[in-house]
Amino acid sequence: MMKKFLVRLNALTVKEFRQIMRDPSSILIGLILPCVLIFIFGYGLSLDVNNIPVAVVMDKPSPVAQKVFSGLTGSRYFSPCWMSSMQEAEELMRRREVDAILHTASDFDRRLKRGEAEVQLILHGADSTTATLIQQYTAGLLALRMRSELDMGKRPVSPTGSVEVVPRIWFNEAGTSTWYLVPGLVVIIMTLVGAFLTALVMAREWERGTLESLFVTPAGRAEILLSKIIPYFLLGFIGLLLCLAAARWMFGVPMRGSLWLFFLCSSLYLLVALGLGLIISSLTRSQFLASQIALIVSFLPAVILSGFLFDLRSVPTIVRAVGSILPATYFMEILKTLFLAGDNMNIILRNSAALVGYIVLFMAVAAHFTRKKLD
Amino acid sequence: MQSLLHLLRRIRSLCIKELLVILKDPSSRVVLVMPLIVQSILFGYAATYDLTYVPYVVCDQSRGEFSRDVLARIDGAGIFDRIATLDNAAQVENWIYDGKALLAVQIPPDFEERLRSGENTSLQLILDGRNSTTASIAMGYVAQMVSDWNGSRGASSPIKLISRSRYNPQLETRWNIMPAMIVTLSLMQILILSALSVAREREQGTFDQMLVTPLSPWEILVGKAIPPVLVGIVQGSLIFAICVFWFDIPFAGNLGTLYLTLFLFTLSVSGLGLSLSAVSKNMQQAMVFCFVLTMPLILLSGLTTPVSAMPESFQIATYVNPVRFAVESIRRIYLEGSGIADIAHNFIPMLAVSAITLPLAAWLFKNRMA
Amino acid sequence: MDTDKIYPSPSFSPPVVQAEDLSCVFRTPKASIAALTDISLSIPAGQMTAVVGPDGAGKTTFLRMLCGLIAPSSGSLQVLGYDASRNAQKIQNLISYMPQRFGLYEDLSVQENLNLYADLHGISQEVRKERFERLLEMTDLAAFTKRPAGKLSGGMKQKLALACTLVRTPRLLLLDEPSVGVDPLSRRDLWIIIEQMVREERISVIVSTAYMDEAERCSCVYVMFEGKLIAQGTPEELRRLTAGMCFEADVPSRLRARQFQAWLLDQPDYIMDAVPQGARVRFVVDEKFRHAGLPFKQLISPGQISLDEKNVHPSAPRLEDSFMFLLKKNEASSSILPPPALSSHGVSFLEEASETPAKEIVIEVRDLVRKFGDFVAVDKTNFCVAKGEVFGLLGPNGAGKTTTFRMLCGLLPASSGYLSVAGKNLRKAAAPARAKIGYVSQKFSLYGNLSVMENLLFFGGVYGLTAEELKKRIAAVLEQFDLLGHEDDLSGDLPAGFKQRLAMAAGLLHQPEILFLDEPTSGIDPLARRLFWRRITELAESGTTVIITTHFMEEAEYCDRMLIQDAGRVLSLGTPGEVRAQGEAETMEEAFIGIVEKARGIGKKESA
Repeated sequence: MMKKFLVRLNALTVKEFRQIMRDPSSILIGLILPCVLIFIFGYGLSLDVNNIPVAVVMDKPSPVAQKVFSGLTGSRYFSPCWMSSMQEAEELMRRREVDAILHTASDFDRRLKRGEAEVQLILHGADSTTATLIQQYTAGLLALRMRSELDMGKRPVSPTGSVEVVPRIWFNEAGTSTWYLVPGLVVIIMTLVGAFLTALVMAREWERGTLESLFVTPAGRAEILLSKIIPYFLLGFIGLLLCLAAARWMFGVPMRGSLWLFFLCSSLYLLVALGLGLIISSLTRSQFLASQIALIVSFLPAVILSGFLFDLRSVPTIVRAVGSILPATYFMEILKTLFLAGDNMNIILRNSAALVGYIVLFMAVAAHFTRKKLD
Repeated sequence: MQSLLHLLRRIRSLCIKELLVILKDPSSRVVLVMPLIVQSILFGYAATYDLTYVPYVVCDQSRGEFSRDVLARIDGAGIFDRIATLDNAAQVENWIYDGKALLAVQIPPDFEERLRSGENTSLQLILDGRNSTTASIAMGYVAQMVSDWNGSRGASSPIKLISRSRYNPQLETRWNIMPAMIVTLSLMQILILSALSVAREREQGTFDQMLVTPLSPWEILVGKAIPPVLVGIVQGSLIFAICVFWFDIPFAGNLGTLYLTLFLFTLSVSGLGLSLSAVSKNMQQAMVFCFVLTMPLILLSGLTTPVSAMPESFQIATYVNPVRFAVESIRRIYLEGSGIADIAHNFIPMLAVSAITLPLAAWLFKNRMA
Repeated sequence: MDTDKIYPSPSFSPPVVQAEDLSCVFRTPKASIAALTDISLSIPAGQMTAVVGPDGAGKTTFLRMLCGLIAPSSGSLQVLGYDASRNAQKIQNLISYMPQRFGLYEDLSVQENLNLYADLHGISQEVRKERFERLLEMTDLAAFTKRPAGKLSGGMKQKLALACTLVRTPRLLLLDEPSVGVDPLSRRDLWIIIEQMVREERISVIVSTAYMDEAERCSCVYVMFEGKLIAQGTPEELRRLTAGMCFEADVPSRLRARQFQAWLLDQPDYIMDAVPQGARVRFVVDEKFRHAGLPFKQLISPGQISLDEKNVHPSAPRLEDSFMFLLKKNEASSSILPPPALSSHGVSFLEEASETPAKEIVIEVRDLVRKFGDFVAVDKTNFCVAKGEVFGLLGPNGAGKTTTFRMLCGLLPASSGYLSVAGKNLRKAAAPARAKIGYVSQKFSLYGNLSVMENLLFFGGVYGLTAEELKKRIAAVLEQFDLLGHEDDLSGDLPAGFKQRLAMAAGLLHQPEILFLDEPTSGIDPLARRLFWRRITELAESGTTVIITTHFMEEAEYCDRMLIQDAGRVLSLGTPGEVRAQGEAETMEEAFIGIVEKARGIGKKESA
């Protein structure tokens, strides 16, 4: 009994592998797209803005004022260009050739002596993230300048001492966005292979009528479902290894947790995604609908709502609730912790439990809908 | 004249048929509209780098008047939620490690003392860097508040930075993301609609039927391109309406310019879709091609991360990406009120894509062997 | 599992299928459709059983129920002694099923498909080796084991699908319309295999089919109609229903077979069915004339035609005669089948002289060659078609007739040679030239989610008809093709016969001079085929040239002239009579098989 089961399962799994190897679209989605994404995420996408074009306008250039801005030239964040009039600078900004204008009025020197000088910063707010960063960088630069002035003991700044903020960013000391984009990529690729590709290939069997033939054989639904799960699980795992290798050797993202936990949790999520893909395909039984639904319910939310790019803490409760329905959200939390923080069993257990819950739920639903019936 | 009338009649019935195929089924009408609305509203809220809720912990070892004052400022800012007050610095680690707190403020024991004696002191900020953008923004907020507090005590820096922001005074991420959604959210569906329109007919055998009618490949192309363009423009308008009326993002530009951009964008995407459609063997392949193409197109469009932050080589590669130029143009039209003259250079890449893909598709219709 | 046990001897075995008051209702949001109503039957073991019926009769639903793929709405169904709704898996372990779409994995090779099914049925390696050898030999697939199933011709696919169901000896073999779209040679081979399996391994076979000659090979035939069982019995018993009603008549010299047949069909009060056969036309008289002699006096004999007693010969009934008889008897109460209309358009052609001496050539093909890489699909083909002719393109699957057809329509460029349709090469011709042709493709290409009316509006529109013209033409074709009252039905939901009529209507909206029809009758039941050809006859009379491909050889009798192709070469070209003479056979099917096999035999000798 068991032996026959295994023979059948093996036959169906081998068949699936052959189809993967021969169907360019499976290879395209299962292997090539992940590579392209790794490349884009690793090299192409960055939230770290460098060499921001900034126009500097001094209505009355003076050595003092120049000293204030001297920090710009050396900074990796800015590429300053010195303008002689505000009009020119405004024109550049309008053409979006500079992202910000730094401006000192003609009375800068005089007011500086009284300790109430002003530097005007005009930001191009369309790209709000960059603008916020410019604001911070500039403030930091000016503060730095002032401190060095103070240290040289040239002038007392204030009667009382001041407080300086000393930040320490844990887990991502350099603050590079690649470090959190690449773990997010793992989620995307798992979702891609698990939900999207699986939904597509299973729907193809419904559509082409091959399932009708399979149904009228001794193969039960356990074999039929398992024969879809195993190959795509492995394909997803290959994607996982690709990501891991890229993270490690291409982008230098640390892996502070243990690899075992990483593989274990990824397997859990992969099963969740597979379950979702199987449900979608057996409900729709059409490739077109299956791919659309897989995209809408699994893929796009995994990118936007899982806390991959955007912090879920700041969104309205309803949106956060939607996010917390998504399995991707839990996996994302595990990954960020494993990659950057380490084996924090609190976080891992809590989120893994959620994933296991999803596996049970999705697999049961998938099995329920993949009855050997055509009506 | 007669033949022109004939031609228009043929194209008109083709367009009507295409629109019927897309819109006849109530469920496909729902598929075209509902996900779009839900996504744009959901993403409008979710896609933000602005922090409105920052859970944090405090380890105040000074427990003096000044430290209470500083912390009161932070607490009073509205977005910081103090979820715990700790006794010793060692406890900080767990709160951050477990992800319960985004940051910890640590005030040294000699804080009060040093300030009173006119010395400078520091305030330690420990941030969870698992999302480095969030961390650095939170850090910025705290730094700003502390510097304000310094100022209120007369310990201000001699140079004050006064910043003003054009086009987006509150520097809200949503203002940046949502106008870009007008093109990016409809991208996938325009691409799929146009790619499937030919692949579906090939699979069902109706394409041969169409090729033996008097329709020329060019007429088929026009008839096939118009419906996705229309759908794209309607979808774009829908998201535009959500931006203006739901999220209250003020529209600074000219509607004509907006629609011209939208038209050029949808045209170039339909061209891409139709070419894909002409090269794919069946619907499944067409869909997979679309999907594989959509991802890089969106990621490298500047939607979530600025194009200027990409390496040089990627920036050059984006020149073939019509989405990039559409996103750029729409943002400028929407927020800055740019006119045609300001963004005309963005039209060139989009037009170039159309000029290559549309004739290619027409040629493939007839010359690709089944 | 003890499924491999010895089978009980057929003489003493219980029925393989036992149904009592079996019903099946599909519920859609709008309506519930009764697919099967109160079917009670008992199918004995160890023999071949046929399920026949027109489109939408419920044949496929019935077979799927036997497999346990669809649960009965009410009633009971026992298959091999197991309850089909409760023990579906047990049944599925014992039976084999070949669905209409074959269910082959197109990316997998022939061998891999076989292996898959062998593994699924748990066949041991030793048994397998011998079995595969035998199956591959029987199906002639031994040379193609490495070829992907998707790249096989229709006939080979079907044989492979059959082989997959026979990797082990099933207790019961279910075949759902196994020979749709398959050429006569493959069809014959298929039946040889099935009969051999029944003989040697005593399996029970249930086959649904639209070919009455296939049903005739079975021991028992069930006739279904609109979900009901309307007749059952051995072929002999069923044939007896029309005993004394069947005749064959010589075709009057001045008429073509199809004209004579049409004239007979147009006398519904007297003649129930007529079909060209060999050099004669076979007809079945109405029941009231059974054994009463022919009602010659009542039959209108306009002008030159005379149905003379000495030209009419009584004939033994065939299953198809009885099938038509049963359908016509039942259709009175039916809404699905169209009335045998057309008589109003009928007889006009008889007044015209049917021989027009100066024939205008509308299609000319000289030395036409089409290559795909090294493969020569069409090799130096020559033929002409005159205006108003009905010209048949025949050949086994993969013979090159579809390629020829596509080149004629301008869908495929020729590699070399001369080609002219209505004086133009359609590949290069401008729109007006293409407006002269109509095209109905194999799959009745329609837009499934558009209504009948919307489809017609579209096809009329792309031919540039003005609103008024279109309105007039649509009204005309709706009537002509009996589609009135169905204007708002979705074309995808229509049964195959309706789809075919709609496709014809769409192809004729612009009144083309030449009509191309690619297997327009495949998957269509005999009744609908009769009506189809009646319309073709009418079109030909009005001067439309018709080019048609078909796998039903008896349909070649309707053609004025025909072409038989194999391996890209022309094997035979001439009138049906000339082709039969060349094949030295009585019927077209025998002639066809003879000609093709002879040519292939010669080909083999040459290469050897």
